[in-house]
Parts: sequence; structure tokens; C-alpha cells
Amino acid sequence: MKSSNLKLALRIALVHLLSKKKQTLVAMLGVTFGISMFIVMISFMTGVNDFLMDLTLDGSPHIHINNPVKTERAPLAAAAYDTSQTRIILHHQKPKQELPRIKNGFQILREIRQHPDVSFASPQLTSQVFFNNGAIRFSGMVVGIDVKQENAMYKLHEKMISGTVEKLLSNRNGILVGEKLSKKMNIVPGDRVSLTTANGDVFMMKVVGIFAFGITTIDDVRCYVDLQTAQKLLGKSADYFTDLNIKLKDYRKASTLAPILKARYGFKTEDWEQSNASILTGEMVRNTMTYVVAITMLIVAGFGIYNIMNMTVVNKMRDIAILKATGYEGTDIILIFLLQSIIIGIIGALMGVLTGILISYGINQIPFPTSDVIKIETFPVAFKMKHYLLAIFFGFLTTLLAGYFPSRKASKIDPVAIIRG
Amino acid sequence: MNAIEARNITKFFHEPTTFQVLKQISFTVEKGHFVSLVGKSGCGKSTLLYVLSTMDTDYEGELLFENHLITGKNQDELSKFRNEHLGFVFQFHFLLPEFTVLENVMLPALKLKRFSHKEIEHRAIEKLQLVGMDNFAFNTASKLSGGQQQRVAIARALINDPSIIMGDEPTGNLDKTNSFIVLDILKKLAADNKQTIITVTHDQEFAAQTDHIIEMEDGLIIRQ
Repeated sequence: MKSSNLKLALRIALVHLLSKKKQTLVAMLGVTFGISMFIVMISFMTGVNDFLMDLTLDGSPHIHINNPVKTERAPLAAAAYDTSQTRIILHHQKPKQELPRIKNGFQILREIRQHPDVSFASPQLTSQVFFNNGAIRFSGMVVGIDVKQENAMYKLHEKMISGTVEKLLSNRNGILVGEKLSKKMNIVPGDRVSLTTANGDVFMMKVVGIFAFGITTIDDVRCYVDLQTAQKLLGKSADYFTDLNIKLKDYRKASTLAPILKARYGFKTEDWEQSNASILTGEMVRNTMTYVVAITMLIVAGFGIYNIMNMTVVNKMRDIAILKATGYEGTDIILIFLLQSIIIGIIGALMGVLTGILISYGINQIPFPTSDVIKIETFPVAFKMKHYLLAIFFGFLTTLLAGYFPSRKASKIDPVAIIRG
Repeated sequence: MNAIEARNITKFFHEPTTFQVLKQISFTVEKGHFVSLVGKSGCGKSTLLYVLSTMDTDYEGELLFENHLITGKNQDELSKFRNEHLGFVFQFHFLLPEFTVLENVMLPALKLKRFSHKEIEHRAIEKLQLVGMDNFAFNTASKLSGGQQQRVAIARALINDPSIIMGDEPTGNLDKTNSFIVLDILKKLAADNKQTIITVTHDQEFAAQTDHIIEMEDGLIIRQ
């Protein structure tokens, strides 16, 4: 197609569009509406998904290594008999007396920290405890942490409602208490709490801070103490810890790195995708719904253009016949009408992107009803170039298709039939 | 030289029933002649004109233009051929209503691209002067009277200097005064520019002014 043909077709297309401004505007608004809703829905849904993902990833490690108590192991008798000849049946096997510790933990920790994909690795010592509140006992989970590493990993200081994380370092009996638990026990920073360990030892701890993750199962039971304090509480040596949490530079690499670590060190590893499978499924379902609804809107807008272009072609039959009689070819006619719908599509799409961004910006300003569980100020919205380009692309594609069929019909009009009347 | 030659042109209509409109029609038209096709309604004269115009390709027989075979060319080649060699004037003026008079005249030339845009505009004004419509060049086509529109349509038919101009009842919709203006213009074109003119007409007075009359009846030429 020569460029001068295109210019000529464009001139005719523009005259056609401008001669019926109202119809052109209605067609454009159809595209604008479709595209803007497409953008609003996708931005909002992505915002929600990203928020939930952040919430999940903030509170949990990308890879978690621990050494759970194993209840199944080869019975002793297996050593004495040839197991291919003899069947050994053993009921209600008891676990071996074995600590759930990570052996050579600090050596492993040093190695993992040197891995190029790892941004943080932090040891934890977790243990069940009871808090004594007068006559009542509340169960809790004490987590001994490397304060600096843990703070860097989970941004603990951002989760603090009162008190500070650093006080754990200066106060050997300091403890950070989850928000829900603190409310149940009616304590504030500065108060003392008494806790009983699983072995029955009783300690007095000083509350130095209250934190909230916004996840009830965490805020209701978890408490943080310094790793050394935890080792003291449980009467363990200075190299004893039970869990190893890893944050990666790119969280998507977790599922490939976890099996490698498992193979190398022999401990149980779990990546965040395994521990949050339900959230991932939810995200997939939401994404699918969003795209289905958004694309349906574009298709509806496409049908609008199709109708208007069909009407235009019917109205312009005489013109088409004249153009063909005076030497315009089928491709020229297709070009004239296709250009009209492309112009409608491009202007409609650009207006749609603008409107979409404005509406989603508006949504982003609406305050979110505050709750204890979810810490968020306004409705979450993601502003991503990718979505805008996608919307323009789909908008363009729909108008191209919607314009093509009427244009082809126009190019097939028999001029003799029209001119003879 | 033969401007156009028809050899055994036969055509059927199939709707509503099969019916032979043109029966083995053969004739030639000399270059620079002004020919009128006459006959009663339904004799096939308009059908013959549209076969000659190359727009209707559903016929048997052969059509030659300056001794070159036209029959069998594809639609795009025929479009190019019409653009360059044929000019049309129809009974119902058929201008593009949203465009100005000047743009209407220029459109076939913009497609042909023999000249630059500026030259085409200059030539279009010349053609409008020829038909006495140059004062209306920048008016919108839909605002003109029937006679004025027909004169613009003639200017449009002339813009690419075609060797043949065809008219389907070009004065059929016009009053006496306008009919004479149109007839005069066409006669002058044949005489001065050696352009061949073929028109279908009902108008006996109009036909009497032309060089040749081809009379048809029931799909046959009965006199020429």
C-alpha cells in the first residue's frame, strides 16, 4: 500500500467521521468506557493481590528450614533380619529422643548467607510457653530471634504499635508481645509478665514492645525474645536453634532453591508457595475473573463499533459506488472504512486510559475502613504501565476486528446495482 | 481508430427468472464520435452501457478498448482502467455530499496520481471553468442544484482526460435549459478534444444532436 493512497483514504475517512460527529463520539465513548473499566478493574484487582502478597510475604519467610520430630524410622529389628525375606510389623512406634534442633546451625547459616540469591537468613528458636495472668494461663509461642537480622527481614520496627525492637538487645529479660495477646493479658510496655516454659521453669519477663502483623494467628500467640534469652529460658546451649528462615532477593526463586537446600543439608524445607497455597489459588481465581469481565467489556464496546460502522457503510453505499466507478479499488474502500474505526479506536482507547487512570487514582484515595486485622489506609490500587499498554493493545485489536467486517462488506458492494437504482 | 469494440456481447438476468437482455451484440465506436444509445425502456441499452463501462463483468463476448482486450481482467485492473481511461456522468448526479465541489472533481485524479496535488487542483479549476462552475469550487456539493451538480459531475468525469466519456441519461433529470448546457459541453468535448462520448438517452432532441444513433429493441441493435 503506497503512502499517498493511505493519505487519500485518511482524508476521506476524516471527512466521513467529521460529517457525523455525534455518531463518531458515541462510538468513541463506547471504547473509552470499555477501556477505562478494563484499567480500573485490573489496577484495583492487582492492587489487592499485591497487597495480600505483601502481607503474606512480610509475615512469612521465603524458605523455612526446620527439623521436625520424626515418628517413622526403620525399626531396630530391621538391622538383624533380611527385610526382603522377613516382614517386620511394629505397632505404635515412638519417636527417638531427639531434639528438633538444626545441627551445625551456625555453620549452615554462614553458608546460606553467602548464596548469591539470599538477602537475609536468620535463626529462630521457637517453643511453646504459658503466660500466667493471675489465675488464668494463656498459651503462647516464644520465638527467640537474632534481633538485627529478624528486624531487617520482617521490618519488625514497622509492625510495632508501642515500644521498640532494639530494647530487646539492651534488656536481656525483654519480650515483645503480639497485640491480641497483650490485650488478653491487659499489658503495656513496662509491665512484667510471668511465663512458664514447657519444662516447667518460671521466668519473669519485662514487656518492651507490642507488635501487630495484622494476621490474627500470629498476633494472638507470638512473642519475641532475643535468641540468647530463649536459649536461657529453655536451658539450651548457645548453638541451639530450631528454625532457619531465609528471605531471597527474588521471592519467585524460592520453589527452586528450597529442594536444593533440602538435598544439601537434609532438613525439612518449605517455600512460601507451599505454605500459602490457598492465597495463590485465590489470586489466580481473582485474576481470571478480572480478565474475563474486562475483556467482555471490550468485546461489548467492539460490538458497538461494529454496529456503527455497519450503519455508516449502509449510509455511504452511493459514495462507495461512485468511488468504485471512478477507479477506486476494493483495498482503497477497505482502507477508508477501516481507518474510520481505527481512529475511533485509538482516540477512544487513549481517552479510556486517561479516564481509567483518573478513576483508579480516585479509588486509591478512598480511605479503607480500618480494622485490627488488616493494616491499610486506602483501597489498594496498582499503577502499572503494562496494564495501560495491554488496554490500548486490546482496544486497538477490538476496533480493528469490529471495523474490518463492515469494511470488507463495503469493498464488495456492486456499483452497478447502486447506480442503476 | 476504434475507441471501443463490442464482439458478440450476450448477457442474462437470472432474477426473478432467467431472461436474455443482450443478444449477440456487436458494434464499434470511432474515436472522437458522439454516440447515443436509444430505445424503449427495458430494451437493454443501460445494461449494454454498464457492460461497456467495465463495471458489469457478468457477460459473454468480448470487449476491446483501442484494440486491446478488456474482457477477463480482474477487478483491480478494471478499476485502474476506469480511473485512467473512462469518465462517467450519471442520471442522478452522484457527488460525494460532504466534500466540496473542488474535492469531488479532484478525487479521481488523486487516485490516479499522474500529477502533483497542486497541479491536480489547478486542473480541477480548469475543468470547472469549462462547465461554468468555477465560482462554486469551495461550496459543499450537497448545497448545489441538480443542474449544477450534473455540471460538476461532468467536470469530475473529465479530470483525468479520459478517452471515453459515458453518460447514463445525463440530462434525464434536468430541465430544458440545463439539458442544453450539458449537451453543448459534451458536443464541444467530442469536437475539440477528440474524446469519444457514449450516452444512453430517452430524449429524441438530445439524440438528434449526436453524431451517431444506435437504436435497440429487445436486446438487439435494430438500427445504427
